[in-house]
Amino acid sequence: MDITQFIQQLVNGLSLGAIYALIALGYTMVYGVLRFINFAHGDIYMLGAFFGLGLAPRMQRIFPGSHSIPGALAILIASMLLCAAIGVLIERLVYRPLRDRPRLTVLITAIGVSLFIQNVTQLLCGADPKAFPELIPVRAIEGLGDLTVLTSQATVILVTLILLFGLHFIVQKTKLGMAMRALSLNPTACLLVGVNNNTVISFTFALGSALAAAAGILVALDSPSIEPMMGNVPGIKAFVAAVLGGIGNIPGAALGGLIIGVTETLVVGYVSPAFRDAIAFAILILILLFKPDGLLGKSEREKV
Amino acid sequence: MSRTSGQVLVLAVLALGVLPFQQTWGAEAVIKVGEYASLSGGTASFGSASHKGTVLAVEEINAAGGVLGKQIQLITEDTQSKAGEASTAVRKLISQDKVVAILGEIASSRSLEAAPICQEAKIPMISPGSTNPKVTEVGDYIFRICFIDPFQGTVMAKFALDSLKVKNVAVLTDVKQDYSVGLAQFFREYLTAHGGVVAKEQSYSSGDKDFRAQLTSIKSSKPEAVFLPGYYNEVALIVKQAEQLGLKVPFLGGDGWDSSSLVEIGGQSMEGQYFSNHFSPEDNAPQIQSFVKNFQTKYNQTPDAMAALGYDSARFLADAIRRAGSTDPVKLRDALASTKNFGGVTGSITINAQRNATKSADILVIKGGKFKFMQTVAP
Amino acid sequence: MDSRLILLLSLVASGVAALCSGWLDPYYYDVCISIGINIILAVSLNLVNGYTGQFSLGHAGFMAVGAYTSASITNALAVKFTGMPIGAAEVVFVLALFLGGLAAAIAGLAVGIPSLRLRGDYLAIVTLGFGEIIRVLILNMDFLGAARGLSVTWHNTNFFWTFGLASFAVYVVYNLVHSTYGRGFVTVRDDEIAAEAVGINTTKYKVIAFATAAFFAGLAGGLYAHYKQYLTPEGFNFFKSVDIVVMVILGGMGSTAGVVAAAIILTLLPELLRMLSHLPWIPEPVQPWLENRLILYSLLLIILMLTRPQGLFGNVEFLRKFMAARRAGK
Repeated sequence: MDITQFIQQLVNGLSLGAIYALIALGYTMVYGVLRFINFAHGDIYMLGAFFGLGLAPRMQRIFPGSHSIPGALAILIASMLLCAAIGVLIERLVYRPLRDRPRLTVLITAIGVSLFIQNVTQLLCGADPKAFPELIPVRAIEGLGDLTVLTSQATVILVTLILLFGLHFIVQKTKLGMAMRALSLNPTACLLVGVNNNTVISFTFALGSALAAAAGILVALDSPSIEPMMGNVPGIKAFVAAVLGGIGNIPGAALGGLIIGVTETLVVGYVSPAFRDAIAFAILILILLFKPDGLLGKSEREKV
Repeated sequence: MSRTSGQVLVLAVLALGVLPFQQTWGAEAVIKVGEYASLSGGTASFGSASHKGTVLAVEEINAAGGVLGKQIQLITEDTQSKAGEASTAVRKLISQDKVVAILGEIASSRSLEAAPICQEAKIPMISPGSTNPKVTEVGDYIFRICFIDPFQGTVMAKFALDSLKVKNVAVLTDVKQDYSVGLAQFFREYLTAHGGVVAKEQSYSSGDKDFRAQLTSIKSSKPEAVFLPGYYNEVALIVKQAEQLGLKVPFLGGDGWDSSSLVEIGGQSMEGQYFSNHFSPEDNAPQIQSFVKNFQTKYNQTPDAMAALGYDSARFLADAIRRAGSTDPVKLRDALASTKNFGGVTGSITINAQRNATKSADILVIKGGKFKFMQTVAP
Repeated sequence: MDSRLILLLSLVASGVAALCSGWLDPYYYDVCISIGINIILAVSLNLVNGYTGQFSLGHAGFMAVGAYTSASITNALAVKFTGMPIGAAEVVFVLALFLGGLAAAIAGLAVGIPSLRLRGDYLAIVTLGFGEIIRVLILNMDFLGAARGLSVTWHNTNFFWTFGLASFAVYVVYNLVHSTYGRGFVTVRDDEIAAEAVGINTTKYKVIAFATAAFFAGLAGGLYAHYKQYLTPEGFNFFKSVDIVVMVILGGMGSTAGVVAAAIILTLLPELLRMLSHLPWIPEPVQPWLENRLILYSLLLIILMLTRPQGLFGNVEFLRKFMAARRAGK
């Protein structure tokens, strides 16, 4: 086997996996606190990219000159904030009234929300794919020989790492993060010790949506074509990644995303691209059969 | 559940089935034409492009006084890019709206679902963009105005062997699109039969964003060119990612490439790539220029191949109604079948015995972000 | 009334309906067939999602197995026996339908046995994955037409088979649920651990529910194949499964009558929205919002879930008691 080609595929897989990881974090956090699958999460990722597209010309005016790093950062942060707001809004309007209902009901509602976001975006922006502006100069990093690593791929991996550490800090070191962890263990006990569960849940949605928005912008940097249905497939795969890592477990989601991204790329590159969309599910089924709580998940014994 | 309520319901369902609903319409002062297109869902970008072209054509025809002294009323149904939806939509158009002919669809899969219904009802159907040869094989009421897969696949294989003088060609197919699978099949057949070699076969699915795995393995097979019969959404990304990975060989494609988005998304990397198309927007023919201008005025965007085909499908039908002198299905069918050298924006269309359009293909090269005419290949 | 008698009556009614359907407008005919097929799909899924409390998101996958199996059989035979007498063709058709159902049931067992020890969301996602894997497999099988789709030669699905089989599905599910098995299903749903504790073989009930549901999904797939006469893998994607789940939930899980009603309503709804989008007096700016039926559909879905989470007919039981009380009062 050609070793350069293998490393090349590995790099490709890592940058893809980083995107899955960022989306998977949102799924896993929401599942952690509310125990439900937020199917509209993939569409928040799509909205992130579309906000980036809309914001780019405006930011260009504030930060003149093409490819300015502050400009790109401003777009990233603004889009994350907008999506965080939308995430909170959806939770407040739709999911909160359903909180004590059967999970199936909430899941179907989430699918409804997902369809709604997609189709409204399609109506407002058109169905044709849009070219995403080149926010940073995309070229191959020099000095790596036959290996091609693009600045965009490096950015994806780097920004993902920064966001992961940021998230780790928030969850482990801040009060809200502690409340999130407490809530995922026992919501009633949380209320008893004076945690405002609603605030914490809103915060979780904001955090997850912001990460999805970042994923949207990053993916658009790397493959600059965005359209309203782009959230469907990555959304489902990221969910699989979250389950793979042990749903509710934050490092697990990141790990799951990377594993799915790398495996997918390797199978496509070395075996056959024909079954790409089935790979994630095949891994999932195997994992669930042999380790049903995911790689890093804690086994949850159901009590009588 | 209560036992009786269940029973009542079962019977109610059955009763619903036998109720004969009928709607009657008065004598119409308009000619009703049905259209089914994917205006929402996964392939909405193609469906709405063709729909825009069709609407523009109908408006122009009506502004010029209509056909046979009557205005054309276009009734559009959205198939939502969903299987099963096309047949329902077409049945509704035929039996409820009493349309005289049907335009649609872009996707061969949905055309194949609707065609048997049009055939059975003896309502002519004209597909603007379904390239699968099977579509018109359904029956003598089914027509198309686009190329079929064998023609375009063969044209590009010939072009690769004779004009580009390459023998070792990799093929990258979109497995989700029958169009792409069809083109790849006929390309491969011609290439291997005339001394060429398929260096590597790879595939992807529409909607993918990352093609580096496939491209990395194509690169390692060292092809002289890559045949990429996909749609512009993915093509632009693929060619861009190929350039970034250092795979610098010519890419060849079909009419699915034709869209201004191709260059917007693909940018510099699209320079020097080739594809076959129905027409060249560079063409100075007044008809093409006025179509491009009117389309831009109405929709504020440049028309792509789908829009041009949608536009032609409506004008092609109107022309046949004029020649038939009536909307009688049999006369209309005969008029459609005897179309010769109809001057469409997508080329001069002659309908052959298989009810397919025979028209020549233009091979275009992308230069300076524009599609430049290279050569014409006659069928 | 005896449920067998009702089945018999329904079958006769289906036959009469089939005889009369010649007069029916083809568009309404089309919608009615869709209703019948959706009833089979929804009622069978209800056995898993409603009565047994499991969560399957892969019903479209089983439907695909049935559709492709039965279509392959009749397509193969259509070439060999062109001049078959009408009766023989019907027999072959029904056999093909049942073989399709059987293939789907085997697929159901294949997914069911290993994955049924998973619970709730995990099972949901495995069934979703299974449905997608089936779709991707078909997409890569050239003899099934792959992306080009599979044309089906025969057009045998009519009112009799559709509504006859729909009645049969309702009959089987109804009787299954009201048998010892039914109590097993409901026990598994209500408290799996307690069920196990009292010695109920929960896996057995889950597998039975799964395989039965898959069988009927396969039947529905066969009917679909021989009505639409064209199959494409994209027709059996995740969203198709979601459509069926929505019917079950809207019908009030675990109520066969409710689910039947929901299947009817949800098949008619898009058609009503279609009519709505063509109304001439709708102002221009509103038109595109109505034309994109999925926007309205999703909005209605959200609103219904918010306002009637027990399903449209979750209260049928209550209504019946209310009526009984009124009658008693008189």
